[in-house]
Amino acid sequence: MAQIVVDGVRHLYRPPRGKPVLALEDVTLEVREREFLALLGPSGCGKSTLLYLIGGFLPVEGGSIAVDGKPVTAPGPDRGIVFQHFALFPWKTVRGNVLYGLERQGLPSAERQRRAQQFIDLVGLTGFEDSFPSHLSGGMKQRAAIARTLAFDPKILLMDEPFGALDAQTRHLMQSELLGIWQRTPKTVIFVTHDVQEAVYLADRVAVMSARPGRIKTIVDIRLDKADPNVFKAKAFVEKVDEIWGLVKEEAIKAQGARAS
Amino acid sequence: MTASVLNFVVRYSPLLILALGWELVSRLGLVSSDALPPLTAVGAAWIDMMHDGDFLSNGFAAFYHSDLVVNGAASLWRAGAGLSLAIVIGGALGILMARWRAVNIVFGPIVEIFYPVPKSALIPVTIIWLGLGDGSKILLIFLGCMIPVTIGAFNGARAAEQTLVWSARSMGADRVRTLWDVVVPSALPELLNGIRTALALAFILLVSSELITSQNGFGYLIGSLGDNGSYDAMYAVVLTVALLGFAADRLYQMLMRRMLIWRQ
Repeated sequence: MAQIVVDGVRHLYRPPRGKPVLALEDVTLEVREREFLALLGPSGCGKSTLLYLIGGFLPVEGGSIAVDGKPVTAPGPDRGIVFQHFALFPWKTVRGNVLYGLERQGLPSAERQRRAQQFIDLVGLTGFEDSFPSHLSGGMKQRAAIARTLAFDPKILLMDEPFGALDAQTRHLMQSELLGIWQRTPKTVIFVTHDVQEAVYLADRVAVMSARPGRIKTIVDIRLDKADPNVFKAKAFVEKVDEIWGLVKEEAIKAQGARAS
Repeated sequence: MTASVLNFVVRYSPLLILALGWELVSRLGLVSSDALPPLTAVGAAWIDMMHDGDFLSNGFAAFYHSDLVVNGAASLWRAGAGLSLAIVIGGALGILMARWRAVNIVFGPIVEIFYPVPKSALIPVTIIWLGLGDGSKILLIFLGCMIPVTIGAFNGARAAEQTLVWSARSMGADRVRTLWDVVVPSALPELLNGIRTALALAFILLVSSELITSQNGFGYLIGSLGDNGSYDAMYAVVLTVALLGFAADRLYQMLMRRMLIWRQ
């Protein structure tokens, strides 16, 4: 049985002013344990909204979402999240940030310190334990945020365009590092992005969403050898990117049209 | 170290010039020495007042009312108590208003209507409620100082980033815990600025309420010395209050920088 079951989910976005907008309509999706799934779609298609619903940050109003057979009603430490803009606590050091989740889990102090150091080392931030986020580059902030989320060992990792705010080189580096980390500490990952190459490179499956109201348009299986350093140049890779780009383009054009009208 | 001392001297040299000018216009008779006694005379009066009254050998009741230290202590107690209450209650109110609509609906209009009221207009009201003693002054300072603290806490807490709140929730913090761990520190920069405004306001309200009715305190001293025509002593008290206010603000700024060290 799938670990995450999204069944017929519908979501109305209510802006502070103006009419409610149907953000998601009849979204159905199953995610297997330890699978890396990318959610891809044009901006405004509701892919982040879907992620927040699975995270329990927004109430599920229509349809249902279950994780391990239990309906999602609130956020919980079984589902860790990484945001585009890092969401580090600016008043805590790197170590303080990583420790926070471990403190909430009630681990003994020595164990907390050990685990925090382990994950700070894992993401390559050794030596920056006592730095405040304001002193770190974007890439380092996102490393710290990933360490913070991995440290409390959630079964599911929700990633909301985590590399979207980084420059191209850093993004590239972080992608391959994430893949490495994921292979060493396998977790279920739902990865929101609008970057087709990124989705094809990272994911086992890519779920392409339609323009608003968001639906799952198609799910594309990706079977590529991620260990190959030249995977970007492989024929299979390029073909997958072309195939998915074709699907997304249609939706992006629709989204543009909807905005213009 | 020497560089910072030099820096301090250069920065406050206009005050030194002002002090010299003060001494000169008074000594040269450009203004009446009643209206503006020479600064040196004010300084001498200050030293006299510090020596006046021996509180070591006598009990509390034996203090001379002219004793600067005793009156100062009475004043600082009132200001400190009123300000502390304002920080605790105003801070909590502002944060709750920002996070719970119901609290905002109830208290928002009350804060708004109370905001432009000159708090000194409430001096007679607080006296009717709590009498001539400390209570009425503390209440007045509390009411006045609460406004900037509440507004600072409210604006700061409203700006708390949703993703930070969500991050804490997903790491296992419940709602109350999140309020304390995320919303309060997010609100801190604005809250601390509000408290700085309140600190200055506390001195203003303290002295004005003591000037009107009081048996002791800085305001009482200023008023009674002025009535007696002891103008050099009166100026000495005014300057004491000014210097205390200045020192309090400087200390507070140092504390603020410490607490916000993560922003640098």
